[in-house]
Amino acid sequence: MVYVPPQEVEDVHLHDPDTFMTKYIWSQDHKVIAVQYSLTAIAVGLVALVLSLMMRLQLGWPGVFDFIDPESYYQFVTMHGMIMVIYLLTALFLGGFGNYLIPLMLGARDMVFPFLNMLSYWVYLLSVIVLMSSYFVPGGPTGAGWTLYPPQAILQGTPGADWGIVTMLASLALFIVAFTMGGLNYVTTVLQARTRGMTLMRMPLSIWGIFVATILGLLAFPALLVSAVMLLLDKLVGTSFFMPAIVSMGEQLDYSGGSPILFQHLFWFFGHPEVYIVALPAFGLVSDLLSTHARKNIFGYRMMVWAIVAIGGLSFVVWAHHMYVSGMNPYFGFFFATTTLIIAVPTALKVYNWTLTLWRGNIRLNVPMLFAIGFIVTFTNGGLTGLFLGNVIVDIPLSDTYFVVAHFHMVMGVSPIMVVFGSIYHWYPKVTGRMLDDRLGRFHFWVTFLGTYAIYFPMHYLGFIGVPRRYYAYEDFDFIPESAITLNENISIAALVVGAVQLVFLYNLVISYRRGKLAGSNPWEATTLEWQTPQTPPAHGNWGDTLPVVYRWAYDYSVPGAAKDFLPQNQPPSDDAPVQEEDNLGFDSTDPASGGGTREDA
Amino acid sequence: MSILDKPWMAERSAIDNAVSGGSLNFPKARVALIFLMAVITVLFMLFSVAYKMRMELADWRALADPSVLWINTGFLILSSVAMQWAVSSARKGKAENVKLGMALGGAFALAFLIGQYMAWLQLRAAGFYAAGNPANAFFYLITAMHGLHMLGGLVAWTRSTARLWRGNDVADVKLGVELCATYWHFLLVVWLGLFAMLIST
Ligand code: HEM
Ligand SMILES: [Cu+2]
Repeated sequence: MVYVPPQEVEDVHLHDPDTFMTKYIWSQDHKVIAVQYSLTAIAVGLVALVLSLMMRLQLGWPGVFDFIDPESYYQFVTMHGMIMVIYLLTALFLGGFGNYLIPLMLGARDMVFPFLNMLSYWVYLLSVIVLMSSYFVPGGPTGAGWTLYPPQAILQGTPGADWGIVTMLASLALFIVAFTMGGLNYVTTVLQARTRGMTLMRMPLSIWGIFVATILGLLAFPALLVSAVMLLLDKLVGTSFFMPAIVSMGEQLDYSGGSPILFQHLFWFFGHPEVYIVALPAFGLVSDLLSTHARKNIFGYRMMVWAIVAIGGLSFVVWAHHMYVSGMNPYFGFFFATTTLIIAVPTALKVYNWTLTLWRGNIRLNVPMLFAIGFIVTFTNGGLTGLFLGNVIVDIPLSDTYFVVAHFHMVMGVSPIMVVFGSIYHWYPKVTGRMLDDRLGRFHFWVTFLGTYAIYFPMHYLGFIGVPRRYYAYEDFDFIPESAITLNENISIAALVVGAVQLVFLYNLVISYRRGKLAGSNPWEATTLEWQTPQTPPAHGNWGDTLPVVYRWAYDYSVPGAAKDFLPQNQPPSDDAPVQEEDNLGFDSTDPASGGGTREDA
Repeated sequence: MSILDKPWMAERSAIDNAVSGGSLNFPKARVALIFLMAVITVLFMLFSVAYKMRMELADWRALADPSVLWINTGFLILSSVAMQWAVSSARKGKAENVKLGMALGGAFALAFLIGQYMAWLQLRAAGFYAAGNPANAFFYLITAMHGLHMLGGLVAWTRSTARLWRGNDVADVKLGVELCATYWHFLLVVWLGLFAMLIST
């Protein structure tokens, strides 16, 4: 056994809660904050889901539901998009999973700045409240589309141009403040508060994904802040940062000379990294799900880490692929097409590595694993259409059609949601101490997975035949064939089914909290530290009296010669729990025929 | 640690087992401050890029920068110097000087902010309204943003100063003083960059 000198990481003084209020409401415990973040995000996510179903009602049966007029339709579109991208996915991955997993996976007692962490949640909640207040201001929420492009975002004629746009921009600014407070916490915790033996290259990929995504967020959200503040001034003070000279409703407005393109650049300088702020944590989490449930080390760990970092860096130089139709210089378009295609390389590497992790693994096809595999398929699908859109010449006819809608829903709608579900099924037992119901989970998976394909797959075709996105009524155009209308009806039915089945998931979350099977501390037989806590759910301070000491990387599954098919990161090396002497990880590292664990050398 | 090391191998494991402590040899609060300064740098860089891009358009009319900005810049430099003096006094353990340095640093920072506000008043009096021209609008926007960050700094400054006055040991307050000073220097550099951009255009 390797001698390890006693703990040298300084222990931290925690603020100890004693009343109900300090324990569950004004809590500074990262686990409580994580749950607060998650529940809030899921709650607004449900609002966004309902909004999408309203859109589907209109698209499936145009004109039948007369409570949906053009104004409310555009408000649905806008609020749906913004909530899903920012207030659900960003908040859930970083505020929810980030908060829960960073200290636990790294062997820390809490985030390094618990008070700031608490503040982050409350400001986030405030941003959500301000956003929701859009529904109660005169004129209702903005209908400018989630991209909020000026000039239309603040011109009369766009729904919510008086108040809705103001509450939206204010809410975004608050969100950015909340995120920055949380983000500084996450990066500092990852860098400075890891327990003894937890080197960066021993961190689970979940942490790598969350860590790099947080850095992206810290550097990208300022661009959204800049564009939001300047747009707000154009709206409220009458400046012309973005607003050109314009005649609106027969009247010459006071604006002159501003540049809407400037807004687009700022927005997408944030917007593209944003898609990776959502994607990278999903990449990380799914890597851990795959490895754990395939009982096999993740294939190409180092490559995975470097791919995450490379994607993070590259994501700052591809933004203008969202602007191919803005009339930019062709050389500019060429540059951005090139960088866009380059970013596909590390992304594809990750897909290969996930697949190779499964290869000859001892796969346990449980609910988290089903969702993880669903993710690989869906993400590959969406990534491939991204390659098409990345080429200027292909993008121009497809831009602003349903093809783009299909692309981004596959890649940033369904894929991350697959990971969210998989991860909830995976970590719920740690958070609550009980398992989610397996049969309900399988039902939820299959309906969601097949259903989302029924929804988004045909949209590629709609895009090809030229159906534009963001149209309220599309049925009276010569270029749109009858088939588009029937197809839309089918899509809407699928959407309603998928929407309804999420109730099963919610029911499962609620019912299992009391009645679920007791989980024990490590139901999945996983290696990472959060499964090795002395109590489940982990108590305040996570680790009892002494912090765990880490002796191995995060993926010691099916190590040759080991007694069990998993070796927790804090398990010291011994005869039963060896550390690899020979570098024989890879294709041959597990032999399913020999049953989880031991392996006859080939 | 490098990309070539294999974290699963016994050889590497023996080295990794001994690793303890943070990745960066700084206190946690300083690490967070470094990231915060990076975020703020990006923010002002983006404002500057927007400024340059908007400037190219036809309706831009440069404004007459109020001369009080030079005096304000002087205040900000003095403020930074005073903070630095507080830091070196803290390192030498001279409590009285730390107090004086912090007090002066804060006072000069306030003077800077008041001066910036006067610059606004002068511009308004001269008829340069925000809605009148993008150059004016940017002037107000950029100075306001910088001022807000200064105000945020003063909140941290108030905490450290209050602790000094309550008679805490210099050693306890040293980190707070140092971080304030770092942030002060940072905002000075940001301001010098912005100021150069504003007067040169
Ligand atoms: C192989 C990688 C990818 C490539 C080459 C790619 C390329 C593109 C291109 C060129 C567009 C613009 C289409 C248009 O508006 O005409 C686009 C839109 C979009 N992409 Fe991707 N993409 C990739 C991966 C991703 C990922 C991983 C995500 C999110 C997780 C994502 C999310 C989006 C979103 C949200 C939009 C639409 C934004 C909007 O107009 O509202 N993409 N993609
Ligand atoms: Cu993009």
